[in-house]
Amino acid sequence: MIWLGIDTSNVPLSVAVVQDGQLLVEWTSATKIAHSIGAMPAVEEALKRANIKPSEIEAIAVSEGPGSYTGVRIGVTIAKTLAWTLKIPIVGVSSLQILAGNASLFNGLICPIMDARRQNVFSAVYTNELEPVLQDGHYALDAILEKLSTSEEDILFVGKDVAIHWEAIQHVLGERAKRASLHLDMPRASVVIEQAMTKQLPSIEETHHFVPDYKRITEAETNWLAEQKQVGKVND
Amino acid sequence: MSKDQIILGIETSCDETAASIVRNGREIISNVVASQIESHKRFGGVVPEIASRHHVEQVTLVIEEALEQANMQPGDLDAVAVTEGPGLVGALLIGINAAKAFAFANSLPLVGVHHIAGHIYANQLVEPMQFPLLALVVSGGHTEIVLMREHGSFELIGETRDDAAGEAYDKVARVLKLPYPGGPHIDRLAHESVEAIAFPRIWLEEGSYDFSFSGLKSSVINYMHNAEQRGEVIIPGAVAAGFQASVVEVLTAKTLRAAKEFKVKQVIAAGGVSANKGLRKSLEDTFEREGLPFTVPPLFLCTDNAAMIAAAGSVMFERGHRSTMAMNGKPGMTLFDWN
Ligand SMILES: [Zn+2]
Repeated sequence: MIWLGIDTSNVPLSVAVVQDGQLLVEWTSATKIAHSIGAMPAVEEALKRANIKPSEIEAIAVSEGPGSYTGVRIGVTIAKTLAWTLKIPIVGVSSLQILAGNASLFNGLICPIMDARRQNVFSAVYTNELEPVLQDGHYALDAILEKLSTSEEDILFVGKDVAIHWEAIQHVLGERAKRASLHLDMPRASVVIEQAMTKQLPSIEETHHFVPDYKRITEAETNWLAEQKQVGKVND
Repeated sequence: MSKDQIILGIETSCDETAASIVRNGREIISNVVASQIESHKRFGGVVPEIASRHHVEQVTLVIEEALEQANMQPGDLDAVAVTEGPGLVGALLIGINAAKAFAFANSLPLVGVHHIAGHIYANQLVEPMQFPLLALVVSGGHTEIVLMREHGSFELIGETRDDAAGEAYDKVARVLKLPYPGGPHIDRLAHESVEAIAFPRIWLEEGSYDFSFSGLKSSVINYMHNAEQRGEVIIPGAVAAGFQASVVEVLTAKTLRAAKEFKVKQVIAAGGVSANKGLRKSLEDTFEREGLPFTVPPLFLCTDNAAMIAAAGSVMFERGHRSTMAMNGKPGMTLFDWN
């Protein structure tokens, strides 16, 4: 079985080709090149290196978010269009679980972090068997740290954005907070595929309905809902 | 006999997800448009993030529908044309990345198309172009007079210095508390009204083909404000009629003057606002009187669609234009010559 994996949910770009459970090619970078420029050439190059034609791909694994809205959409649009036109299944994997998957050998809890500005993060807490202790979501960093402060276990923080919040994390959790090494901080498309392989393959009819998991409604909708509440109060 | 050229067009620059298949740049085989107007209505305008989210939901469905209606397979196509810009960047990127993935998977050449060139080439789907040609492009994002001396050659003769005509329509509609999108409502009210408030015509300096609509919009707002303060009854139809008369007169007069100066053989109108009945009638009457051939596409080809992108892409493809897998969205893209 030949898999193509794609992750563009944040700044890093990762593309991988796996054949019969073996990684053939993986390209991972975190430069400033926009995914709209870099992602398709990376897919093209990875397949070329693996000597695999697009028509030979049998399934696609993609990071479905959360993360940068535009970034997630580029990976999902590419994966979804390829899956649809090649008539192969598409499997989505949480971008947070992909990061956590890098660290599954860690003896303790795993906390992937993606910065979401204003002291907010996209985050989750997983066991080292990748069972969620705290579901993927958009949280205030403080809320995550408070939750973790009640645990006895060591916690490994994974992701490039841990750097932004490391001081705050250490301040609350002290010695129990561990930081992942450089290569574990990058989302890896091979991990996307690995996790997709554990899931049931969807039917190809479902491809059209595949959408990112943003974990947040848009600002316009938030404001609109707040306005409706105001109107509701006035009318009460 | 040479083989037909079949192009798939994809357009996602604003709030319509569209795909279309066009034969030889002139014949629409299929034309599918998924409009998002309903979901933007409650916000009173297009919300870019929501537009992008809808495009991801729709894009493969719309392309599949275009292929099915045409009863074609990807292998029947010669190329994929997609809007490269201008437009909302997040929205553009969905069409572009879908087009890239589709072209890559099916080993098809890819052609990035300028959205306004698309609007102009919508006319090719109605009547062949005659050069030199003058195009009045009016939409929510554009108000431009473009001179074409031949296929793929674009000279910007005039453009708006502030609001686009469609933008002015939307803003005035908001002042009149008309639902979004406001353009068609103003058009209807103007049509039904016998009275019209006199608003100024903004001609700018002598000889200029540029436009300005923000002053007119301010006049409308001032009029409403003053009338309210004096406790007068505001007749929305009279405001709409006065506003529309000013816009239409300036657009028509400048287009006519440019048509004469550049001795063009054909005048065309393009873009969403060219669906406006008042503007169409004014242009049609004027150019009929002047004995100049004037064409404006049917309404479904005035608003955003992918047939126009395929039509423009067809000519670019013939001229050897190719885009790579590194194509990016260009929100501020300017019209360039294809030579
Ligand atoms: Zn347009």
